[in-house]
Amino acid sequence: MRFVDEFRDADKAHALAAKITALCEPGRQYKFMEVCGGHTHTIYKHGLEDYLPESITLVHGPGCPVCVIPMGRVDDAIHLASQPDVIMTSFGDMMRVPGGDGSFFDAKARGTDIRMVYSPLDSLKIAKNNPDKRVVFMAIGFETTAPSTAMTLLRAQAAGLTNFSIFANHVTIIPAIKAILDSPDLRLDGFIGPGHVSTVIGCRPYEFIARDYGKPVVVAGFEPLDILQSIYMLMIQMSEGRSEIENQYSRVVPWDGNMVALKVINETMELRPYFEWRGLGFISHSALSVREKYASFDAELLFDVPGVRVADPKACQCGEVLKGVLKPWECKVFGTACTPETPIGTCMVSPEGACAAYYNYGRMNRNRVMETEVSRA
Amino acid sequence: MCLGIPGEIIEYLPEQPDLARVDVSGVRRVINVGLLTDDLPKPGEWVLIHVGFALSKIDEAEAAAALEFLEGIGQAYEEELAALQESMIE
Ligand code: SF4
Repeated sequence: MRFVDEFRDADKAHALAAKITALCEPGRQYKFMEVCGGHTHTIYKHGLEDYLPESITLVHGPGCPVCVIPMGRVDDAIHLASQPDVIMTSFGDMMRVPGGDGSFFDAKARGTDIRMVYSPLDSLKIAKNNPDKRVVFMAIGFETTAPSTAMTLLRAQAAGLTNFSIFANHVTIIPAIKAILDSPDLRLDGFIGPGHVSTVIGCRPYEFIARDYGKPVVVAGFEPLDILQSIYMLMIQMSEGRSEIENQYSRVVPWDGNMVALKVINETMELRPYFEWRGLGFISHSALSVREKYASFDAELLFDVPGVRVADPKACQCGEVLKGVLKPWECKVFGTACTPETPIGTCMVSPEGACAAYYNYGRMNRNRVMETEVSRA
Repeated sequence: MCLGIPGEIIEYLPEQPDLARVDVSGVRRVINVGLLTDDLPKPGEWVLIHVGFALSKIDEAEAAAALEFLEGIGQAYEEELAALQESMIE
């Protein structure tokens, strides 16, 4: 267990927090969702909630791509990996994600050829070096990783490779945000918009949140001060009765995103009619599959994928955590049966998952959190 | 995988215009810069790298800040760097 760090600019943070507090209307509660797991991590690493007035609650969103892969999809991937002559390749983050019948690590221990790669291009290289094997890349991630998969597919085609394919599990952030906005059990006042996803999609796709739902969005960087600054910008908008899309992270995120990246995604992939998200259920037009034009690179067509559906374990409340309805410590198995070493739910697997962030930074139980809350009150 | 790692462009590979050698915390590796063809970074410029692809150009100050964030994450960054070290993009 690590402890919350005081960071270099703690003084500036306190000054920002004072400005934020000054904007809070007495008696009013504010709830902002940080969509991205990287933000969740910063918030817990630096104990940012402790800087904020009690009337502001930060809710952790679904922006951890490993956390939203449903168990059935893991089982499908393991099934695929177990076919003759297949080498399955995957990012390290994926290896411990539990399926209905164990994780990739468990399958590997049983002798299935599953290899960790840093980049889809490494997977391509394995395919080149093993012409008698069929190499499948388990493609996961939001729009941050989808362009890399797309470029790799185009390179595979240019190289004339016939033993490389993609098991596409790319998800798109906008439908998830929409599902959360439409979910009846959560009332949010605004969003801290994801940083790296926005380098690809830009800021325009969030416009509907302001226009149709009347909620402000501030795309934010990953430093503690970035996040506090973004909360300040959200509070200014609210106090002025505005709801707009603002870009706090313009030093990295261009307003229009990365056109080349969007173009290659669109060239090689298309929206699925629907896709299952762990904890959130089926969301329409929320994930990408390989376009028909590139069917010879689509593992879902080349192999027989069973399409397993596995209900989440009863004890697991990842869905509520992903929607921000529950705080991680409110899950019954948090920190007892479910830890980063033996995760039950996916939110505990990746360091960007909300449960792992809470656990790693010492928010391990109700008492501790309640103590903090009492001491803040 | 979600972590954007800052790297400094050292040089382009001969006859492979979309591949560049970068320096990431002292580790030299080849990455793909094909997603930045609209505005290719020059040697000495910095990029944020996601799974072997440069996704955006950044300035040196942002690179330093991003690095500090990553070092603070600890183990996950070390794993990502170790993975990058194993990586053999060509
Ligand atoms: S503690 Fe474990 S089971 Fe509970 S919500 Fe978090 S990841 Fe899911």
